[in-house]
Amino acid sequence: MDILVVLFLITGLFFFLGGAVGIIRMPDFYSRLHPAGKLDTLGIFAMVTGLAIYNLHHFSLEALLLSIKMFLIVFFVFLSSPTATHSIVDAGMRAGLRHWTKKKRKG
Amino acid sequence: MSTFFLSMALGLLFLMLFSMYRALFGPTVLDRLIGVNAIGSKTVILLLLIGFLYERVDMFVDIALAYAFLNFITVLVASRYFHKRKGLYEESFMD
Amino acid sequence: MIVSNNGVAKKAGNTRPTFYKSFFSFLITFVLMFLSWIVLSGKFDSLLLWLGGISSFFVAYYFYDLLFPAMESGYVKVFFRFIAYTPWLIWEIIKANFHLLYLAFHPRMKELIDPHIITFKTHLKSDIAIATLANSITLTPGTITVTADSDGVFRVHAIDSESAEALPGIMLKKVAKVFGEEI
Repeated sequence: MDILVVLFLITGLFFFLGGAVGIIRMPDFYSRLHPAGKLDTLGIFAMVTGLAIYNLHHFSLEALLLSIKMFLIVFFVFLSSPTATHSIVDAGMRAGLRHWTKKKRKG
Repeated sequence: MSTFFLSMALGLLFLMLFSMYRALFGPTVLDRLIGVNAIGSKTVILLLLIGFLYERVDMFVDIALAYAFLNFITVLVASRYFHKRKGLYEESFMD
Repeated sequence: MIVSNNGVAKKAGNTRPTFYKSFFSFLITFVLMFLSWIVLSGKFDSLLLWLGGISSFFVAYYFYDLLFPAMESGYVKVFFRFIAYTPWLIWEIIKANFHLLYLAFHPRMKELIDPHIITFKTHLKSDIAIATLANSITLTPGTITVTADSDGVFRVHAIDSESAEALPGIMLKKVAKVFGEEI
């Protein structure tokens, strides 16, 4: 059981690491949104799953309610993260920010 | 297991530094907004880990849920606010 | 699907349709609010349960058309098909996340990526289908919805050509099947 918890937490941390490196390395702001918005979402999903499994070690009704509450966080993040990403993209579009393309770089 | 959680929390704090770089030195305002959003989504997990370390998960789950809500509202309001700055970023878009 | 929906709506239309529709959405909102009250409070005293029932009754009474507007009787089917749609979506998210992870750690990343904006048109009618498709596109990494208007025109920012080619195909079919609409 502990093996599963460790595995989920390490996976989540790895996703977060990918998101952070992606935010640093991507060339412009539109492509930075791809790792920022989505790798973080999956990282939260994996880490909360691990913590909820660890929480259910001593099974009781309160522990079950706590785990459901943790998954409520995941549900809310899955619902809100696309909206936040879309809102930032919309702000960039309205401000007239052009996106980075490969051809423009060569020319 | 407590040591493992502590090292996980320290790893998350280390990853926050990466996003902090983007939030401090980002070329445009929206880049800073992305950095702040990434820090906030890591903070939710960090709060849950702190709850497990102090063995008060029942309290810290509520704080994490409220923080997730607040993070979403922050990003939404800030990006709505910067709608109207047309042409503000043109000079900063060079490379 | 559309034909059967109309038939059900006509059958309900004989006897005060607006009352039944609004009562159904009221009931769903009440149950949802009460369940979230129980999960968030976590205590089962009779006083707390009564307080939760009363407050969720008032919330459902005043805001019943906020969460589930235009309630049709075939809504239950849509709900179950949406539940069946979610595991596929989660699997797709995980699969595409590994692709993005590979992109982020690749040493010569700037040659691999090719950001561009594509536009395509669909024939989705209802708002909730368009919102679901837009959120699904954004949640699948490699693509972000830039604009989605009520005519069904989508503008999508894709990070490389591989994720751009896969776009309007199978996901649109699945979403249209969930909400019973034509493509």
